[in-house]
Amino acid sequence: MAEPSLAADAKPWNNSAATPFIRIKNITKKFGEFAAVDDITLDIYKGELFCLLGGSGCGKSTLLRMLAGFEAPTSGSIEIDGQDVAKIAAFDRPTNMMFQSYALFPHMSVEKNIAYGLLREGVPKGEAMDRVADMLRLVKLQDFAKRKPHQLSGGQQQRVALARSLIKQPKLLLLDEPLGALDKKLREETQFELIQIQETLGVTFIVVTHDQEEAMTLSTRIGVMKDGKIVQVGEPPQIYEDPNSKYVADFIGSVNMFEGTVDVAVPDTLRIKSPEAGIDLLVEPIAGLKANQDVSVAIRPERIAVTRHKPEGVANIVEGEVEEVAYLGNISILRVKLASGKILKVTKSNLLHDEEPIKWDEKVFLSWSNAAGIVLTT
Amino acid sequence: MSAFQASSPWRKTAAFLARFGLTGRALIIAVPMIWLLVFFLVPFLVVMKISVAEPMIARPPYSPLFVQGPDGWSIKATIGNYAYLWEDSLYINAYWSSIKIAFFSTVLALLIGYPMSYYIARSPEPKRSLLLLLIVLPFWTSFLLRVYAWIGILKTKGVLNAMLMKIGLINEPLIIMQTDVAVYIGIVYTYLPFMILPLYANLVKLDDSLLEASADLGAGPISTFFRITIPLSMPGIVAGSMLVFIPAIGEFVIPALLGGPDTLMIGKVLWTEFFSNRDWPVASAVAIAMLILLVIPIMLLRLAQSKGADT
Repeated sequence: MAEPSLAADAKPWNNSAATPFIRIKNITKKFGEFAAVDDITLDIYKGELFCLLGGSGCGKSTLLRMLAGFEAPTSGSIEIDGQDVAKIAAFDRPTNMMFQSYALFPHMSVEKNIAYGLLREGVPKGEAMDRVADMLRLVKLQDFAKRKPHQLSGGQQQRVALARSLIKQPKLLLLDEPLGALDKKLREETQFELIQIQETLGVTFIVVTHDQEEAMTLSTRIGVMKDGKIVQVGEPPQIYEDPNSKYVADFIGSVNMFEGTVDVAVPDTLRIKSPEAGIDLLVEPIAGLKANQDVSVAIRPERIAVTRHKPEGVANIVEGEVEEVAYLGNISILRVKLASGKILKVTKSNLLHDEEPIKWDEKVFLSWSNAAGIVLTT
Repeated sequence: MSAFQASSPWRKTAAFLARFGLTGRALIIAVPMIWLLVFFLVPFLVVMKISVAEPMIARPPYSPLFVQGPDGWSIKATIGNYAYLWEDSLYINAYWSSIKIAFFSTVLALLIGYPMSYYIARSPEPKRSLLLLLIVLPFWTSFLLRVYAWIGILKTKGVLNAMLMKIGLINEPLIIMQTDVAVYIGIVYTYLPFMILPLYANLVKLDDSLLEASADLGAGPISTFFRITIPLSMPGIVAGSMLVFIPAIGEFVIPALLGGPDTLMIGKVLWTEFFSNRDWPVASAVAIAMLILLVIPIMLLRLAQSKGADT
């Protein structure tokens, strides 16, 4: 087994000298006139767990299928481990895929499903069965070797599919919505199992998902896709903290968005006029803004403090009335209506046991520092 | 709906019938049951009865099963007709020849029908419906007419020979009519749709992602076909083969019209016994023996299949 190289620790994408393991260059896939994947260029490094994240129809699955060899790109090239794979058929590629529907062979037992890839490769049966037994232990299905897929639960089927796609120790494992069919609890468990397996085997994973939470938990880096293009690539915190567009800010997590115009900048802070907020918003200055330029300011709900009394020394303070309170146990989500009619979403940690909770129709003050606002121009 | 349930005449009737075990569920099952009883079991028993009678010049031309003698009613049955089938090599040969012709026709229909079904099942929607329509289109013409049309094609001075001679492929006409070849052509042509339709119904459900998964795991197209497509379409293959094999074995019209004097098929033998020899008991015995001959392998096959499904 290859020495596990943890891309998560090395972060080769920050090192311009590192050689990418997968090079996707200007790839486009058209179905008729419609470009499902539109001129994507992307480098992925060895040992990464890369998530392609986007809504349905954004082209993420098509990109994955081109990597697997099920679709031929209209233009552009894909290199895997230094080898151009354009002319290589799906059955000769060093990739394996875990299908969204699992695509387990219904007429074969679990064991035979997992052994299928090895036997096609010409591995002797005895050796293949030993490796299948090892793999079954890895996915904790030792006792189910002789079962048929339809006799297994969804979670078990998912693990068989994973085992089957891992047994050939592919250079690259492609996972299409791997956890889509599982319920929430099983999903959370499996996410960590997946990371563990990925780190043990050192295989490069590319995961397609529409679930931003899943992407945040799993990945070393996320590529957010929209309309066949990648709009932002970055590590999960980077995507969350520094989204480069309104689309990304809105897609990842929830966000409050203020529309406004740039006022003259005062030293060290940027002032943005926003009638929606009812105040001038103060944010940390960023380069390249002109006076009177239209911008948006995104503020995450958890960066806003809710208080009954007006706080001192905070950059941004607005007043509002609580419209709705949703108590979720660890946190409460408040919807607060400002004087302008704008509704802000605020999360509040329930830290104290005997705190008197904020109720509906209460007047509250919302405040956030100038570091909380993210200025977005697109 | 509540009005229907609450209306007491309905409820009373239902409750009344239920006392005799006649629930709605039982009534629904009863319809096909009665159908089978009247149109299958009763005629079968009648034929069975005739097969153990003796031929006689009478109307009907066989001896009665129940005879009123001096000591009251008695049953008069003989297995002589069955013994006769065993003794005269004509019947054994006819059975054997029928099975052989039906078997090879089924294999041919499968070899021709499988690629056709596969192609139809993989075609995009508007084209698929059109192709399916073309498959069933011949049924709109009488079966007898279509077999007669084959005579026109296959005879010595027929369309096929004229065409082959015109393009210079042969110098003298092929003798196809009144041979087993003509019978094979006729049977395969006639029963091909019965092979294609169940195969199509099965193949159209085949999940593309299974084929992709097989390719992804390193199996080439041929390997995928034999390891995934064929095993998964087995129910369709079995159903289609049954639908061709069973009617082909008892086929009468095709060997009578296209086959020659040497073409020995049990359907023809049955016809001769019944209409030419007017030996109803032997004809019935031929029919019953054929039924048993067919039912046993089918039951064994079903048994094997249900066992296969369990493990």
